[in-house]
Amino acid sequence: MKAFQVVKKEHLSEQVWRMKIFAPHIAKKHKAGQFVILRVEEKGERIPLTVADSDSKAGVITLIFQVVGATTHKLSCLKEGDCLRDLVGPLGTPTHIEKYGSVVAVGGGIGIAPLYPIVKALKAAGNRLIGILGARTKSLLILEEEMRALMDETLISTDDGSYGERGVVTDVLKRLKERGEKIDLVIAIGPAIMMKFVCALTAEYKLPTLVSLNPIMVDGTGMCGACRVEIGGETKFACVDGPEFDGHKVNWDLLMKRLRFYNEQEKVSYELAKKCTCGGD
Amino acid sequence: MAKKIEPRVPMPEQSPKERIRNFNEVPYGYTPEMAKKEASRCLQCKKPKCVSGCPVEINIPSFIGLVKEGDFGGAIKKIKETNLLPAICGRVCPQETQCEEVCVLAKNGQPVAIGRLERFCADWERSLGEEKISLPKCAPPTGKKVAVVGAGPAGLTVASDLAKLGHKVTIFEALHKPGGVLVYGIPEFRLPKEIVFAEVRILQKLGVELITNYIVGKTETVDELLERYDAVFIGTGAGAPAFMRIPGENLGGIYSANEYLTRSNLMKAYLFPETDTPIHRGKVVAVIGGGNVAMDSARTALRLGAERVLLIYRRTREEMPARAEEVHHAEEEGVEFHFLTNPVRYHGDEKGNVKEMECLKMRLGEPDSSGRPRPVPIENSNFRLSVDTVIVAIGNLANPIVPKSTPNLTVNKNGNIVADEDGRTSREGVFAGGDIVTGAATVISAMGAGRRAARAIHSYIMEKSSR
Ligand SMILES: Cc1cc2nc3c(=O)[nH]c(=O)nc-3n(C[C@H](O)[C@H](O)[C@H](O)COP(=O)(O)OP(=O)(O)OC[C@H]3O[C@@H](n4cnc5c(N)ncnc54)[C@H](O)[C@@H]3O)c2cc1C
Ligand SMILES: Cc1cc2nc3c(=O)[nH]c(=O)nc-3n(C[C@H](O)[C@H](O)[C@H](O)COP(=O)(O)OP(=O)(O)OC[C@H]3O[C@@H](n4cnc5c(N)ncnc54)[C@H](O)[C@@H]3O)c2cc1C
Ligand code: SF4
Ligand code: SF4
Ligand code: FES
Repeated sequence: MKAFQVVKKEHLSEQVWRMKIFAPHIAKKHKAGQFVILRVEEKGERIPLTVADSDSKAGVITLIFQVVGATTHKLSCLKEGDCLRDLVGPLGTPTHIEKYGSVVAVGGGIGIAPLYPIVKALKAAGNRLIGILGARTKSLLILEEEMRALMDETLISTDDGSYGERGVVTDVLKRLKERGEKIDLVIAIGPAIMMKFVCALTAEYKLPTLVSLNPIMVDGTGMCGACRVEIGGETKFACVDGPEFDGHKVNWDLLMKRLRFYNEQEKVSYELAKKCTCGGD
Repeated sequence: MAKKIEPRVPMPEQSPKERIRNFNEVPYGYTPEMAKKEASRCLQCKKPKCVSGCPVEINIPSFIGLVKEGDFGGAIKKIKETNLLPAICGRVCPQETQCEEVCVLAKNGQPVAIGRLERFCADWERSLGEEKISLPKCAPPTGKKVAVVGAGPAGLTVASDLAKLGHKVTIFEALHKPGGVLVYGIPEFRLPKEIVFAEVRILQKLGVELITNYIVGKTETVDELLERYDAVFIGTGAGAPAFMRIPGENLGGIYSANEYLTRSNLMKAYLFPETDTPIHRGKVVAVIGGGNVAMDSARTALRLGAERVLLIYRRTREEMPARAEEVHHAEEEGVEFHFLTNPVRYHGDEKGNVKEMECLKMRLGEPDSSGRPRPVPIENSNFRLSVDTVIVAIGNLANPIVPKSTPNLTVNKNGNIVADEDGRTSREGVFAGGDIVTGAATVISAMGAGRRAARAIHSYIMEKSSR
């Protein structure tokens, strides 16, 4: 097998793909909470994606990504047997895993993908796990089976009520708390806005909350500072100091504004990329 | 000196007006006639001062003599006896503080243009075609293996020297391209990237293996490398950007010079949307700092279409650490210099993007530890400048990934790896050199450190095996 070769490609939902990539040295080293940076082709951008799973025996890592722009579109165009141009990792500080007791794992949309390896490691460390998985609509919910297999209890919400409860993940979390559930740690991964609201709620409940931040990155090694986030008023580089942080200390508005900085240019390159009609399948 | 001294032969270059609209190299280089003419200015001193000014001690009079005779092939051979990367050094060495500063003709303000001649010879050789470039002879294989971490000038030099001694060398590079700062930092208009890649290809022809996308400390640790290799050299550079830590510094549109230059150079954002990586094409760009990195950022911003580029420096022109030639080029291109000025906070718009920069006026005070007068803020001198992009170019620190992941590797208080003159660190079999040891310095000093370390590594691994 060739380096960075796509060994398997699956459609998980409308815009979400799962790819297994041959990268033995990353598979060997990867720990929960870490990510890779890849380039699809020579003119392409470097983008970070979480390692959703790894198999060190087969030398394969799993990436799960949602098509949102040029690079993720181009990635979705690769076929089994094709190779990524570049792939580097594992990057970032691994999740601190220990036996916390009862952990609530909140995943929203594509955030369920980065949540999965963390939950897996927490399970192995003997924690009791309650999952709250949210999506806009039923067809966008990913990894339900895999998550259910790890969780002691799994609760699902969709914005439109097409599956599970109608509503958002914070509604479900509120109810868990109201029913008197003892919670030692909350981990929330999803869109920034979701993480922001989860943290606002858990701050009221005084529940320690871990989040994984997804700022724009370039090198992923602490060299450029593109990934600056503010944690408790201090500037941190998410690629080396994170990507996980204490959710109650995150400056969410800053993160969201920085994520929007290149929106106009991103639209231009997405439109150009879509003109390439290699097709997603 | 009875003979009247001719002035230096100027090097033709793109006019400022033309060049701020492209990323092509600014100088065109000498023609053979110009090179011969400039070479004939050299006095062929018996005790050449120039050589002592060159950190790798190129036999300058000798190569210049060959240029004068038109034996360019002989000249480049002579240079390459001690300098692996002449096309690069001829372009980016701060000659005015090294070889050319001590040339006897410098007294008249017109030293021999050693750098330009060096560059000419290297370009002449390259123009013959890559196949024609004669490869240095390598000693028979020793069976020893060395891992080099980082493909910047330090790492490339170590790799080349050890390969010539017959060792099997593997370079591990974090980024997807080799070259270090030469490729991600220094812009195309000062150093075409193809020159660096051509040098790397030659290294590969010598049998050096290059593995990109490999972060030592993450993908594999130094200790793990030591299980597979007889020695490890660390040349990871000074690649962590410093910020001022002032309010508003994380607003959109505020970049570290590293990010700005990496987007433009390594990711070729100046070709966007032909390439995918975006960069903000600001109209009014402020660059904070007074070194080469600041000049490179300012000149890049102009080429990306800025209407005004303001260079903000807290001391005066005299204290600016940038190369004279770069300051001159920046000025010609229209960069506006604001001396004795220091930003204290940034103000943003409703989208969270920078809109204004609040500055203080400064005056010069007593000298500080660097010997330069300390800039002292003038109270209540605050004023605001409207800007839509800011590039912070106030320095680079050591990247902590390798030290953090390598137990018992001693670093100093700045995070630089502690190593002796020959690159020996606190760990047996682990050597280091270049910016990771000295802090941000120069290409040629990193190469010099690489050369000394290669010698030390050679004796270390040969001794170890005879033990
Ligand atoms: C540590 C980390 C882990 C991530 N893990 C996953 C994952 O497992 N699955 C997944 O689908 N997504 C993940 N992301 C987000 C993913 O990187 C972006 O969706 C991707 O970069 C979008 O690129 P694009 O060219 O397709 O879209 P674009 O049109 O370029 O961008 C769409 C949006 O994505 C964000 N983005 C753009 N460029 C970058 C960049 N270089 N780095 C980070 N964000 C960027 C911006 O908010 C932008 O508005 C992760 C991000 C980080 C930082
Ligand atoms: C914008 C700019 C302009 C400059 N202009 C000049 C000039 O005109 N003249 C001059 O003489 N000097 C100049 N310098 C300084 C000069 O470039 C540096 O001193 C020189 O490049 C240092 O060489 P190095 O080999 O030590 O490190 P670098 O060139 O920094 O190379 C280090 C390499 O190691 C890699 N690396 C880092 N960490 C790891 C890891 N953990 N695993 C694997 N690889 C890793 C990096 O990606 C990089 O490729 C400039 C610097 C900058 C930033
Ligand atoms: S390598 Fe640099 S210092 Fe040495 S002769 Fe060439 S330009 Fe001068
Ligand atoms: S010091 Fe100047 S004049 Fe003398 S040999 Fe060197 S370059 Fe020539
Ligand atoms: S992505 Fe460059 S420092 Fe984090």
